[in-house]
Amino acid sequence: MSGIEHLPGWAALPVALLLVLGATIILVGALGLLRLRTFYQRIHGPAITVTLGAGCLLLASMLYFTVAQSRLVIHEIIITVFILMTAPVVAMTVMRAAVYRDLRARKRESGVTAGQVYTLPDGDTEGPPEPR
Amino acid sequence: METLLELAIAYAVVCVLVAMALCAIRLLIGPAAHDRVLALDTLWMCGMLLAIVLGIRFGTQVYFEVAILVALVGFVSTIAMAKFLMRGEIIE
Repeated sequence: MSGIEHLPGWAALPVALLLVLGATIILVGALGLLRLRTFYQRIHGPAITVTLGAGCLLLASMLYFTVAQSRLVIHEIIITVFILMTAPVVAMTVMRAAVYRDLRARKRESGVTAGQVYTLPDGDTEGPPEPR
Repeated sequence: METLLELAIAYAVVCVLVAMALCAIRLLIGPAAHDRVLALDTLWMCGMLLAIVLGIRFGTQVYFEVAILVALVGFVSTIAMAKFLMRGEIIE
């Protein structure tokens, strides 16, 4: 609990690089979540936060503890595997709820018909005729 | 080299905190309910990453357990809220 332990330079440099890279990617993802216009563009922002950003930070943590304790410390792999398994599930569930709600409320301006995959149930003359 | 690592850790903490602030803004202004659910999920993930960075800063393994608990609770709560959004509309 005494703060940053002494690392040799060959280990401190990649840890610092991975930390800076991961933090920048996290910031970019959150900025995308704030700045993009429709929900269906916005859901792409947190995707890089939870994959690349979390991956870089967990790799930095693994490297740091392995060098600092002079033994193999790789139990951050548990978090990595958990995140990589649950991030698509979360994205798919939220996305399905959003598509359902937007189609149900007939919100064309929400961008739900932008990719011409979904069409509004009635009076939609802009989309394709009918999905097969 | 310790100075470099300290600077990198400070930069990472500031970046993750700013990202959490941006997610909180989206959580407050989000026009639809699913925007707020997505922002809250990203906020959980940023909290978990902040715990990992603090674990590197203080050199202890306690923060690893904090991070794995935050990840678990965040996943379950997001799935529950997304399911509630769909089912509430169906009942209506």
